[in-house]
Amino acid sequence: MLKAYMILSILLFSIGIVGLISRRNIIVIYMSIELLLNAVNLSLIAISADLADSSAQVMSLIIIAIAASEAALFMSLFVVLFRNRASLDANLFDMLGNSNER
Amino acid sequence: MRDNLLLTILLLSPLSSAALIFLINIFQKRDCFVVPPHNDEMGHCEQFVVPLRNDEVDHCEQSEAIQSVGTPRAFPRYRSRHMWKQPIYTFLALTGSGISAVLALYVGYYSYFEKEVFSSHLFTWLSIGNFTIEVALRADALSSFMLLFVAPVSFLIHIYATGYMDKDKSYGRFFAYFNIFVFFMLLLVLADNPIIMFIGWEGVGLVSYALIGFYFKDIQNTYAGNKAFIVNRVGDFGFLSALMLLFLSIPSGGFSFSNIFLSLIQIEPFSLSLIAFLLFVGAMGKSAQIPLFVWLPDAMAGPTPVSALIHAATMVTAGVYMVARFAPLYNMTPNIALLIAYVGALSALFAALIATKQYDIKKILAYSTMSQLGFMFMALGVGAYSSALFHMFTHAFFKALLFMAAGAIIVAFHHKQDIRELRGIKFPKVFKMMAIASLTIVAIPPFSAFFSKDAIMGALYASGHVEIFAIAFVTSLLTAFYMSRMMFVLFFSKSEQSADESPKSMVYPMLLLTIFSIFAGFFNIPEVFGGAMNFSHWLNLADKSFIIPHAKELVLMSINTLFIALVMYNTYKKYAYTNEIIMEENYGIVTKKFYIDEIYNKIIVASLHKLSHFFEKKISNFLIDEKINLTALAYLKFGKIISIAENGNVRFYALYMLIGVMSGFVYLYWFLRSAV
Repeated sequence: MLKAYMILSILLFSIGIVGLISRRNIIVIYMSIELLLNAVNLSLIAISADLADSSAQVMSLIIIAIAASEAALFMSLFVVLFRNRASLDANLFDMLGNSNER
Repeated sequence: MRDNLLLTILLLSPLSSAALIFLINIFQKRDCFVVPPHNDEMGHCEQFVVPLRNDEVDHCEQSEAIQSVGTPRAFPRYRSRHMWKQPIYTFLALTGSGISAVLALYVGYYSYFEKEVFSSHLFTWLSIGNFTIEVALRADALSSFMLLFVAPVSFLIHIYATGYMDKDKSYGRFFAYFNIFVFFMLLLVLADNPIIMFIGWEGVGLVSYALIGFYFKDIQNTYAGNKAFIVNRVGDFGFLSALMLLFLSIPSGGFSFSNIFLSLIQIEPFSLSLIAFLLFVGAMGKSAQIPLFVWLPDAMAGPTPVSALIHAATMVTAGVYMVARFAPLYNMTPNIALLIAYVGALSALFAALIATKQYDIKKILAYSTMSQLGFMFMALGVGAYSSALFHMFTHAFFKALLFMAAGAIIVAFHHKQDIRELRGIKFPKVFKMMAIASLTIVAIPPFSAFFSKDAIMGALYASGHVEIFAIAFVTSLLTAFYMSRMMFVLFFSKSEQSADESPKSMVYPMLLLTIFSIFAGFFNIPEVFGGAMNFSHWLNLADKSFIIPHAKELVLMSINTLFIALVMYNTYKKYAYTNEIIMEENYGIVTKKFYIDEIYNKIIVASLHKLSHFFEKKISNFLIDEKINLTALAYLKFGKIISIAENGNVRFYALYMLIGVMSGFVYLYWFLRSAV
């Protein structure tokens, strides 16, 4: 039974990774990040149930709480980013690199 | 203890007064500052006068204005606002050189009468194994003899210079250099080993450079200084290589002169000859002999006291002193000694020939200095060391006097130096002294040079080298010709110009030197006149003995004197009260100084220029700079390629991270599998 949960978790994680890398919309990227978190949560809970140890479930609760506050943070970030570029295309926000070279 | 104190004070008093003068001079606000002109390839010069601070601008203009209003002068002289310092400078300069002059006379006195040797060991400079180099001073007979004329003549020229440089803007700088010069010259003379001697040797060269280019606002003066310095470097190269060879050849012990002379027999003949030759190359440079003489005539760009002190009386005789110091070495290498004699003979004749066609009063005297030095080298070459030194002794007096007289004329007649312009001047006091000096240099008895030159002629005759004797004879006739030509043109002419008398500070030193140049000869009266050759016995150098019958010597002297008198009479007929000097044809190979400067420029300077051009363009620019730049460029290109990955897009960074983590997992998987 654990194996099925783990495969589901890996699938969710992979989808999240692909979404994170390939999508350009920042909101979708944010959703992918949430997907990653939930994939991890799922695996944590599955292992916790398998081992009959509830400490990992506490951990996943904490993660959910953090993800909620993160959501609030991201929402405000979107607003600021949109004000700067009038768009939420991730390719426009490349000031981290040597953008002045190009 | 007494020796230590005596020699140290003798040496350091000029240095300390120079230091004090410099200290006072530092606080003097400089009037204007001239940036050395930028010299581009076309040989086009530009001068920039850059005021140091804003408040000095007006002062610069002011001094220019003073200069343009005054009489036309060859040397720019600005009136300084620091005139009140001049007495301080004078006091310091005269004290410094005066103390050393008095002490030098003291040392000379005790060395001559009591046969004392003063020696003072200051400290050990280097100690390599059992080889030590000491900083030691030693006044033996030869050094005391040098002191006897170097220090007093320096002092007299210092006094003269206070008159000559009066109200000059750079009065302090001048006397600081002058005192440093005295220090280095005394160091050269008093050194107990060649290394210390070399320090003095370089020091006088440096000061000579500084003083030739003293009026550095005229770029030509700076060039003359450069020329002197660079030509002397060639000679110093010889001296230094000789010292290195000596250093290698001498097995152990100290490097003092006495030790070197003791170990000379252990050196093999070839390297001994090489050392002797290289030492003579050094002497060539300093004493202006062929082929390194080109700097001396140009050195006349300096103020006249400089020419009198450095380029006539003291520094240029350093080469003669050095060869005499190494007399034991030259006695062991007769071939090199003969070479010295020939070089001296050629230089003497050459310089005398050029002097017959010169018109600049100082240039004539410069060439005559070179010619007289040639005489000394002839005597050194055949082994008559004390005769050479004696001629150097008398030469210091009469040549300094001639230069000082020339300087007095130059100052009085508004810096005219051409004898054609100075024709028929009326300057009675200076004329008398200059006439005596001229009679001395052409060796008319009983003036001093008669005895010294006659000793050289006798030695040359007795040495059996007829050709050298013949050259010396011709040269002495030429000397009579060009000196009397100068005198007759200057003072015996129909047109009369007159000027104010020279100041007392200039006349009295000249008077003293006149007395010396008349009577200095009596210190070393040859045996034929019942003398005892006092100086030669005192110096006690490794002279070769020349036995010449008294009758023959007398005949030689009288023939010589007769011919000289004849030449002078003919010159009188030709130049006195005639316009011959102006009609004289002013071209030909002699007037152009045998094109030596041009030849040197073509052969040495041009080829060196080409070589450095080649090195600059091909080696430096192409081979080195180009390649280094290429490497840097390659790194830049490579970096550009790598930096494509860093595009600033976070998504890509996440991808890279994923790839990294994935490859790490794959690696771990394979690793763990193989481990199991």
